[in-house]
Amino acid sequence: MRAEDPGLYDYLPYYDRPKITWPGGARLAFWCAPNIEHYELDPPLNPSRAPWARPVPDVLHYAWRDYGNRAGLWRMMAAMDRYGVRGSISLNVAVCDHFPNIAAACRERGWEFFSHGVYNTRYTYNMTEDQERAFIEDVKVSIRKWSGQELSGWLAPALTLTERTMDLLAEAGVTYTLDLFHDDQPLPVNVRKGRLISVPYSLEINDFTTLFQGNCTPSDYTDAIKAQFDRLYMEGADSGRVMCLPLHPFLVGQPHRVKQLEEALDYITSHDGVWLATGREIAGHYLAHCYDAFAAAIDARKKG
Amino acid sequence: MTLPASYFEYPFRRPGMDHARYVYSNLFERKPVQWPGGARVALWIVPTLEFFPLDMAPKGVKPPGGLERPYPDYWNYTLRDYGNRVGFARVFRALEERGLVASVAMSSRLAERYPHVLQEVTRLGFEVVAHGLDMHHIHTTAVAKEAEQEWVKRSLSTLRKLSGQPVKGWYSPAYSESHDTLDLVAAEGCEYVCDWVNDDMPYRLETKAGPIHAMPHAYEISDLQLFHFYKYKPAQFVEQVMDHFDLLYREAATRGGRIVALSLRPWISGVPHRIAAVEQVLDRMLQRAGVWSATGADILAAWKAQQ
Repeated sequence: MRAEDPGLYDYLPYYDRPKITWPGGARLAFWCAPNIEHYELDPPLNPSRAPWARPVPDVLHYAWRDYGNRAGLWRMMAAMDRYGVRGSISLNVAVCDHFPNIAAACRERGWEFFSHGVYNTRYTYNMTEDQERAFIEDVKVSIRKWSGQELSGWLAPALTLTERTMDLLAEAGVTYTLDLFHDDQPLPVNVRKGRLISVPYSLEINDFTTLFQGNCTPSDYTDAIKAQFDRLYMEGADSGRVMCLPLHPFLVGQPHRVKQLEEALDYITSHDGVWLATGREIAGHYLAHCYDAFAAAIDARKKG
Repeated sequence: MTLPASYFEYPFRRPGMDHARYVYSNLFERKPVQWPGGARVALWIVPTLEFFPLDMAPKGVKPPGGLERPYPDYWNYTLRDYGNRVGFARVFRALEERGLVASVAMSSRLAERYPHVLQEVTRLGFEVVAHGLDMHHIHTTAVAKEAEQEWVKRSLSTLRKLSGQPVKGWYSPAYSESHDTLDLVAAEGCEYVCDWVNDDMPYRLETKAGPIHAMPHAYEISDLQLFHFYKYKPAQFVEQVMDHFDLLYREAATRGGRIVALSLRPWISGVPHRIAAVEQVLDRMLQRAGVWSATGADILAAWKAQQ
């Protein structure tokens, strides 16, 4: 049966919450999440979603995405290096098998590896509980193998989920999900067992929604990032906020986008009071210092 | 609905691509190339002249600009035809005035219907690239292989006969290929294709008829993407194209020659209110030292000689 509400979180007024204090008293935790992806040319079909806009082989769209791993990634990485911004990579783990050089470049930089599934053409829709559990395990093993890290974060492949996903993530030891867009601060997520939090990702200043779907001109994109930053930074004077800049190398690594990315990173990193963090660091801090107070505040409201 | 166990099998999950058409390569780990005269950027202009038949049926892959209104769709037919009557002349004049060459991708049906267009291509010394039969014949796996083979042969033989050129470049209508397209066009003697937009430099593709090369037919600065799909204003088109050029021009100082590919459809770029934007980007590029105006065949030959 379908529900009218995800049931994954409870209401908490935005301006009436326990205070979040980031390390060093920063106003804003800024993190950058490159999506390192591979889309298969001819994947098996999931009944809920076609992998490509056109019949296989969709040469135009396949090649467009493949640009990221051949060319765009390296330009994006150089820009991030230049501004001292570490990546938390939203990783289709099969990328490591196909392109070990990409895994190595991310590992050498000390970037966080988190899950974006196996391929961006293998969707979670219609998985049984056992299938989904094995799928999560596959990712967990791959991330350990290629990065030496324990899996902490999850952005579902192509943002496809089941109603069980959050429970299974918590069961597997994942601490934060990026698939909920209901807030600008981390919040507890209701799961069967264990602790899971949502960390703000973004579909608003995501290069996929702005540049690919949203028809932003180069300067529109930078303007949107700066405006997003300005407001969250201002609000962060009262209580810590989170800003995520999601990237896709096949878009932001195009020759005409590099200048915009550099301008955005330059703007953000030139401010004081910005914690340049990874997703795992933000989640870890929140779980250690904020989770209990938030959970208690939510609980108190529920009890009236 | 459930997923079979095979949904969790990953036969290509190992080093390399998930197909055998080309090998993976990092753009920044390749040997730098030198363009003739020490140029930094090869400027490859690809005017694309397409015939959209009035009776084209809207099925399968819809080509961008394809006729979608009920028959007879004079609205869209004539807007596209405008490009082949007026728009192309305006684009060609802008190139001629600046002494630029181009690779003109053409529907072979257009070459048959409008001999004047091909005469202009010949007069200006432009290269002819085959762009299928017309925008109704879209190459997909749904087309029988024998039929597709006949389309390829007819397009190429028509253009070769009418132009007197060897015609070595192929650009599939709507960038759409079947699993066989590369094999078929290579077998007919093509040396490069313009359908793969995953690189900024040429690279080698394998086919059953030997190697063919992908030319970097930049999609994100094409007039199709910027004006038609993204609805950019002329100034925004100029901004994006010049940002693209500037970065590659800068990169060329340390990475070897780069290619700027300008894909122009005269039904889009050749209208009075947009042509100045095209002229402006050409003028701004030509102000820089080391810009080599070349055809796809010239660029590929220079690149191949250094591999």
